[in-house]
Amino acid sequence: MKICVSATADSLDAQVDPRFGRCPYFIIIDLETMQFEVIPNLASGAMGGAGIQAVQTIANKGAKVVITGNVGPNAFQALSAAGIKIVTGAHGTVREVVEKYKRGELKGTSAPTVGGHFGMGGGRGWRQRPW
Amino acid sequence: MIVSIASGKGGTGKTSVAVNLAISLEGVQLLDCDVEEPNAHLLLHPKIIHEKPVYTPIPTLNEEMCDHCGKCASFCQYNAIFVGYKKVLIFPELCHGCGGCFLVCPKKAIVEGKHRIGTLKQGFVGNLELVYGELEVGEPMAVPLIREVKRHIDKGRNVIIDAPPGASCPVIETAKGSDFCILVSEPTLFGLYDLKTTVQVLRDMKIPLGVVVNKAGIGDRKVYEYCKEEGIPILLEIPFQRKIAELYSRGIPFIQEMQEWKEEFRRLFEDVKRLAGK
Repeated sequence: MKICVSATADSLDAQVDPRFGRCPYFIIIDLETMQFEVIPNLASGAMGGAGIQAVQTIANKGAKVVITGNVGPNAFQALSAAGIKIVTGAHGTVREVVEKYKRGELKGTSAPTVGGHFGMGGGRGWRQRPW
Repeated sequence: MIVSIASGKGGTGKTSVAVNLAISLEGVQLLDCDVEEPNAHLLLHPKIIHEKPVYTPIPTLNEEMCDHCGKCASFCQYNAIFVGYKKVLIFPELCHGCGGCFLVCPKKAIVEGKHRIGTLKQGFVGNLELVYGELEVGEPMAVPLIREVKRHIDKGRNVIIDAPPGASCPVIETAKGSDFCILVSEPTLFGLYDLKTTVQVLRDMKIPLGVVVNKAGIGDRKVYEYCKEEGIPILLEIPFQRKIAELYSRGIPFIQEMQEWKEEFRRLFEDVKRLAGK
């Protein structure tokens, strides 16, 4: 089974990125073989809908579980529609969270953990009026 | 002639200038394109004669015909469509209404639906016509509604367009096609900073411009210095005056009780005409 972890860099020793839709990399790991593939997240700089685009990418790669810090409402809907299990609140390195997941120490979530635009950073909200 | 009124910074007095200018002249058309917060009608109290809902096209899916090829999702630049193996999700609030997904779908499974983004209103105060849009609460896409308001431009008349604050898409859509743009600024650092941004945008759009300094007397001289350096004409100064603010807060355009300003606004309009080469 393939699982996907949002990461701040492109290796198994990278830290888990707390943002799902706007993380720089996805690391897709085959749990049986521990072979992994690094996918740059093209959605990280999207104007809007980053979470949705990110789900599209990892769904096309065949991931069945996503491990991240937080997911917003749109990504949550898309992940649910794609039948991808969502694990939030993860921290540490990608390798550590995968081991934890294998041992059954990480739990799935059944609701979005943050509101929209969480990963956009202060001052970049595109709905804000420019006062 | 079409004159738009923008500012960059919010709260500098765009609507005050637009409304007072409009009622100083005869038979003009005023468009309020600040569809997120239209307020010219609060000063004008027009009689609304026409009102209609405004929609944008959004995709709706005929599930039976869809084979989940994902062409629509990869086409959409705004990530408004998600295609899973078994399910398709459409996010109307992200859709810009371009209609591209209808065209790229090989199965013709996507058909045009409509999504209400706001309301267009049209009214009169004597022979002054006011057209404005009201965006639905929570609706992020102002541009299609601004476009609809501008579709009502009456080319046979002088048209004054009140723009939203800022210097992004809604302002560009509003100012597009104007013969001249009046930038209302205030002599503060915030006013200056946003004025500079807006000047750059309008110069890229090749729209001639001039500045009205509102609340003159507060802040410093930096807006004046900037205009001098850049060769931007200062068309009018409106002083920072309690009476003007009080009238505004009561929903009264200040020239109605300060008639001496009527001539000033008429002169402003003549200067604008000359500068626009009209």
